[in-house]
Amino acid sequence: MLRMTLMAAVLAAPAVAQELRAPDQITGANDAARSAALFTEMGKVLQHPRCLNCHPVTGGPTQGDDMHPHNPPIVRGEADFGAAGLNCNSCHGTENIPYLTRTGSIPGHDPWQLAPVSMGWQGRSLAEICAQIKDPARNGGKDLAAILDHHARDGLVGWGWAPGEGRTPAPGSQQLFGELTRAWIDTGAVCPAG
Amino acid sequence: MTTLTINGAERTLDVDPDTPLLWVLRDELRLTGTKFGCGVAQCGACTVMLNGMPRRACVTPIRTLAGADVTTIEGMSGREYDAVQAAWRALDVPQCGWCQSGQVMSATMLLQQLPAPTDQQIDEAMAGNICRCATYHRIRTAIHDAARTLEG
Amino acid sequence: MTIATSRRGFLGATSGLMIALALPLKGRAQDAPPQGAEQAVPPALAPAPVPPNAFVHIAPDDTVTVIVKHIEFGQGPLTGLATLVAEELDADWAQVRGALAHADDTLYANLAFGMQGTGGSTALGNSFLQMRGAGAAMRQMLVETAAEAWGVPAAEITVAKGRITHPSGKESGFGAFAEAAAQRPVPDNPTLKTSDQWVLIGTDLPKLDTASKTDGTAMFTLDQFPEGAQVVVIERPTSFGATVASYDDAEAAKVAGVRAIRPLPQGVAVYADNTFAALKARKALKVEWDLSAAETRTSQQIMAEASAAAREAGRTVEETGDLSGFDAPGATVIEAEYQFPYLAHAPMETLDGVVTLAEGSAEASYGCQFPGIDRAALAKTLGLPMESVRVNVLLAGGSFGRRAQGTAHFATELAEVAKAGGPGSYKLMWTREDDIRGGYYRPLSVHRMRGAIDAEGRITAWENVIANQSIMAGTAMEAMMKDGLDSSSYEGSIGLPYDFGGFRAAWRQLKTGVPVLWWRSVGSTHTALATEMFVDELLEAAGKDPVQGRLDLLKPDAARERAVIEAVRDLAGWTGKVQGDKGYGMAFAKSFGTYVAQIVELENRDGRPQVTRAWCAVDCGIPVNPNIIRAQMEGGIGFGLGAILHSQITLGENGAVQESNYDDYPSLRIHEMPQVEVTIIKSDADPTGVGEPGVPPIGPAVANAWRALTGQKTRALPMLQNPGVV
Repeated sequence: MLRMTLMAAVLAAPAVAQELRAPDQITGANDAARSAALFTEMGKVLQHPRCLNCHPVTGGPTQGDDMHPHNPPIVRGEADFGAAGLNCNSCHGTENIPYLTRTGSIPGHDPWQLAPVSMGWQGRSLAEICAQIKDPARNGGKDLAAILDHHARDGLVGWGWAPGEGRTPAPGSQQLFGELTRAWIDTGAVCPAG
Repeated sequence: MTTLTINGAERTLDVDPDTPLLWVLRDELRLTGTKFGCGVAQCGACTVMLNGMPRRACVTPIRTLAGADVTTIEGMSGREYDAVQAAWRALDVPQCGWCQSGQVMSATMLLQQLPAPTDQQIDEAMAGNICRCATYHRIRTAIHDAARTLEG
Repeated sequence: MTIATSRRGFLGATSGLMIALALPLKGRAQDAPPQGAEQAVPPALAPAPVPPNAFVHIAPDDTVTVIVKHIEFGQGPLTGLATLVAEELDADWAQVRGALAHADDTLYANLAFGMQGTGGSTALGNSFLQMRGAGAAMRQMLVETAAEAWGVPAAEITVAKGRITHPSGKESGFGAFAEAAAQRPVPDNPTLKTSDQWVLIGTDLPKLDTASKTDGTAMFTLDQFPEGAQVVVIERPTSFGATVASYDDAEAAKVAGVRAIRPLPQGVAVYADNTFAALKARKALKVEWDLSAAETRTSQQIMAEASAAAREAGRTVEETGDLSGFDAPGATVIEAEYQFPYLAHAPMETLDGVVTLAEGSAEASYGCQFPGIDRAALAKTLGLPMESVRVNVLLAGGSFGRRAQGTAHFATELAEVAKAGGPGSYKLMWTREDDIRGGYYRPLSVHRMRGAIDAEGRITAWENVIANQSIMAGTAMEAMMKDGLDSSSYEGSIGLPYDFGGFRAAWRQLKTGVPVLWWRSVGSTHTALATEMFVDELLEAAGKDPVQGRLDLLKPDAARERAVIEAVRDLAGWTGKVQGDKGYGMAFAKSFGTYVAQIVELENRDGRPQVTRAWCAVDCGIPVNPNIIRAQMEGGIGFGLGAILHSQITLGENGAVQESNYDDYPSLRIHEMPQVEVTIIKSDADPTGVGEPGVPPIGPAVANAWRALTGQKTRALPMLQNPGVV
């Protein structure tokens, strides 16, 4: 049963190894079309397992490129920080820590926590994710400038490109992701269709 | 050199800064109540209290702990800890015993945050502590019993 | 393993007991308690260690220390054996302590084995008369001593709760008379109490090891720090049987705190000042492995081979009646093949050991189940006479069979570490990855079942062909095999209480390069599953209720089986029906002389079974400590449940083990643990063990409940990785 669930998860998960194109490589018939195309390109990052794993909609975090349920089982908790007595920081510290006894590492960053439910993306379309990102009621009160800053400079976002030993990084770089975000905003921050 | 507080005493430790807290506690300070079970934060046998919150010592390098306040099972005290100790003994919870320091640490910190947890809250909090003897049934009961004594 | 205790064994031990009693009381009664698990650090190596040779030890402060010849790793012998002594000694439970005996196959033999050892759930059963005899003899000697000192007839003295009293008002504890009592002759036939006189046996005495295991002060192997000891970890091959072709230790040697890097038969060993340095250096080692002698098949290939083997006739291990039912007109023949993976034990404490090598002697301290075999292996590897090697048995953080090594592979490795390192102390530690990938698994097994049901719905024939690897072949245990048959490979599939008409069970031995070992309940880990899943399927096909159907199948002499099945039926309020979203299933298994029946309740949560409740009835003869019996049933249920839901070891490319730790070899966690209710059958039969028998029924009970709820038949384990067939 689990194997079937995992296969379904793998099929649902986006392809992992993708190149991220620079804004000047993204074209469109007009600004709006190019803006939507830019967001679609950003989607390679937004829907990468490194990002999606901590943007669950229901339940707790997932793990791995196959996005299997986190083991040990972790619930979101009232503060998006796990349960009382077993929070994110029970295991995750301020930086990635390589394992001593095998390959791989336990990821870490300060802070380390789940995105709020309003920013849950797992299973959502890019159009839905785009709407969530632009909606201050759901994105933590951010305007477009704050979104750009978040994408280009936030440390936890940046972790996606430096996820530690044994993990596939998000495509491109945080800088490139920031440039794409800026270009998307400059072209009107249009969301892709449906 | 890292300086931190362990069980109320300030300690300056001259060890490889990458050394996990677990092995500092055990090899350097001989605080052996904190156990090695997996080394990858899967089993919870090495759970300590770091600045008041649960923490797996096996994935916590000592260099990240400058100025931190660490309490191991040897240094635990307080109402919740005493209630957990009493409930564990009354029910004879441990079997092999290897994981029980970690279980007791997690249970104590759960009760510090939630004085009267439900079954589900107990399961959520204790899901990071493996017991291969599967004493889970008694752990759940003992936490409820401890919570009841805290009410009084 | 199935080991019968014999009257001769008990008699043989009686003389041993007397020697054991006489030695300690003379001169050692007031010394420090003997070396054992409760001591923090082994004493410095003595040139000629003198074994304490005792079961009971009374200190001047009245403390009674019972020397327990079985290792304690949660199953309860420390408390159980101490209870037997305390009962006959009339000690107060508060004055009783327990300590683990060191290795001595003569003094501390398991009377069921003829050598020291813990396994087969025999600890309490083989000790029942021996330890009571020790307590009774000690009591008699104390009474005689008091009588002489007080000038009163011994018959007028009473002993209760640790106090020796005389109607004249004279009163004493034990300690005051311990040394003088030691000078007395040991009584030949100390009188044992009758069961109606028991005050401790049959009560929920608190366990002796609970307090130290609750506050973190219990001392295990890894908690030993001999002076100057080096920590040793070994980089091991990825395939079983691979050897070191070459290695590059340039980077590893640079790690601060590394003392030496040495090739050993097992791999490449790092010797360091502390655990971190050892692990860091091991990670920096580059080792090339020679796979020419390695087992390189995948587990899928081995499973296919086992499946093919189970379709052969195999060697008959039990046959009764005739199998004509399969060919009778109107018969329905049902077939099923059950596949069981390799399983690792994964005790919380990995294998570890402390050894000190001096000129001409060695002392090792760790948790071992066969201390005598290990001691011989240490002596052999180190080139020392047996009497120059001491093995102290320490508390162990679980075992589930992993520390019961007929090959003494860990003791041998410990000796090799010391031999290569030279005189000094060493602490050898396996990491969790070493443990999961280190072999000695429950053997991969396939059961090929056939059953016939006649037109009236009666089961008329049953055949089970089992294909798996022998645990005993090629080890010191091979002597226990008879006629090339390893009963631990198929125990639990024969001697069934059910009358199937014609019956045949057969075994087809497989050979692989994967080392295998007993895993809590041994053969019954798979035979109970195959038997009880298949009998449930046959009963369903015959239109019978799982509980009543089993009761109707029982042979006339199966009274104890009947009693536990009826007891669990009543405890659970069995209806035989799915109720709402909950399914129910039952299973019965007798293992190691103990009868256990279980019923589970489960739900289908997103395609996964969530077991919400379990009921258990157990008949283990006289229940010495009901609290421990309940604990072992609860724990056995959780241990077995974790395995059937999650556990499998798989071999991939070049036979490399694909699992490594608790994330990819998951254990049961608390949210998966059902509520458990246990009822213990009242009995005056000789006590049998409870360490293992709680495990076998849970797997088939869950599979049967799942089939009842979803219609899916479990054909391969673990359930969460192998969708059932409809």
